[in-house]
Amino acid sequence: MATDGEAAIKAQDLAKRFGEVQAVAGVDFAVREGELLGFLGPNGAGKTTTINMLTGLARPDAGTIRIAGIDCSGNPKAAQHLMGVVPDESNLYPELTGFDNLCFCGSLYGMNKRDREARARELLDRFGLADAARRKFAGYSRGMKRKLTIAAGIIHRPPILFLDEPTTGIDVASARQIRQLIAHLNVGGTTIFLTTHYIEEAERLCRRIAFIVQGRIVRTDTVENLMRQTEGRHVVEFAAANDAAALCKAMMTDFPNLRCQAVTGGGIRVESSEPVRVGPLVRFLEDHDAEVSEARKIHPSLEDVFVRVTGIEAGAMKQEKEKAKRGGDA
Amino acid sequence: MKAWIAYWNILAKDMRSYYLKPPNISWGIVFPLAWTAMFFIRSGSGLDSIPALLPGVMAVSVLFGTTSMLAVTVTFEKKGRSFERLLLAPIPLELLMLAKTTGAILFGVANAFVPVVMAAFLADLSGITWATLIPVVVLIAVSSTFLGLFIAVSVSEVFEAQTFSNFFRFPMIFLCGLFFPIEQLPVWLQPLSYVLPLTYGADVLHASIHHPAHMPLALDFGLLTLFCVALFAVSLRNIRRRWIM
Repeated sequence: MATDGEAAIKAQDLAKRFGEVQAVAGVDFAVREGELLGFLGPNGAGKTTTINMLTGLARPDAGTIRIAGIDCSGNPKAAQHLMGVVPDESNLYPELTGFDNLCFCGSLYGMNKRDREARARELLDRFGLADAARRKFAGYSRGMKRKLTIAAGIIHRPPILFLDEPTTGIDVASARQIRQLIAHLNVGGTTIFLTTHYIEEAERLCRRIAFIVQGRIVRTDTVENLMRQTEGRHVVEFAAANDAAALCKAMMTDFPNLRCQAVTGGGIRVESSEPVRVGPLVRFLEDHDAEVSEARKIHPSLEDVFVRVTGIEAGAMKQEKEKAKRGGDA
Repeated sequence: MKAWIAYWNILAKDMRSYYLKPPNISWGIVFPLAWTAMFFIRSGSGLDSIPALLPGVMAVSVLFGTTSMLAVTVTFEKKGRSFERLLLAPIPLELLMLAKTTGAILFGVANAFVPVVMAAFLADLSGITWATLIPVVVLIAVSSTFLGLFIAVSVSEVFEAQTFSNFFRFPMIFLCGLFFPIEQLPVWLQPLSYVLPLTYGADVLHASIHHPAHMPLALDFGLLTLFCVALFAVSLRNIRRRWIM
């Protein structure tokens, strides 16, 4: 894919409105050739709408899209031969076998019979699905469906791959295998645009990350630079059985140098620019009838950066996504 | 060339997944048979009435066969999101939709000839003008399929597609001159007949099988072709507006 120094994917001022809802509002970013960019945001932030606009499934209200230097703003078909797309939900044919699904997807990109059959066998082997090749897609487990959907997205060896929530709602082993495959594809030179709500996944896979909230990119930077924000931060998390939100409020009044936050599961997270002295805090909590079962030092992560930049509690975002996914699958 | 690989494989997949399934094959045979028997018994005029009934039964078989299938091959796939995979493929939308409708056209043409084969055992069909009958059957199949596509694109649920189809299909049985001449319709209904594509197809079918056409055949063929082009163009516009939002 020769782009003459141009970005593999470039979006400028992209905007999309559905009725009263401004789904995407002036999104700008560029993904360099061979880069893996993570697009991180909560449910409804505009991630899927952005992917749909980039791939030709949605028409932007405003803005421009260039894929491998080709202006796709007016003609989304112009660069579809360069793209592989893995949607957030499997969209293969339930009545076809795994092998037939892959061959069919290959044919959509003009691959001849011999090429697509050889490539389908290669991918089924690589994704550990060779034994299920002749089984109908409808009978696959969720993890197998995800893997076959990804295989279908790369059947034609696209130089640019769009992955929309590739590991949401699947078992740990399959998710791990998919992450390894994504990393392997990227090492092989594939440019990848990855949306996810798993912060640790983005941290592990991506070199750069864009945070999107309410249709706007609030920050784009390398993981390294983002993590630099956490330097000099000291975090301690308390497991305390009581009203965490009320305790946080009281704690910040008594300890004005601390930043407190209730976390998922009833805990309290305390942050400071100086080392946190645990003793006074435990005493404070016990004085407020909270039963402290654990206090542990937390090494600041990308999740902390995300929370700070977006103001959204990452655990809640993950739960919300998983719930939505389960609901969608039901 | 590469786009044609996609075209052929979409068609082949649809034939395998939908049209060559036993329920659809039996529908393709039983439905025309039932229509033939119904009108044959109702006419009460013996085997001589077969050539007069044949055009109507052929047209109805094509109309119902094609419009029913599009609700499945398009609306169902859209609902199940597998249609998105086709929209993401680097093939022009026109070719993609032709690939999705070719199966229905072939199914419709095959349906049309089921009553012809049955009639061949019961009546003398030596007077049929095949040179006009075959092209008009194809054009009726194409126009009915594109009508089905127009309906399939206008709705989001399979049951809505079936309901909306009936809104067009059943009036067409009575308004298009299939089983009795348009002139026998109330005067206020007659203009409606002339805005329905099947009217022109039925006229050529009648002319090919048993009596002269009411309109010049060239006009029938021309208008039928125009309906095909218009329905396809409107359907494509609706896909672009409704599905690529």
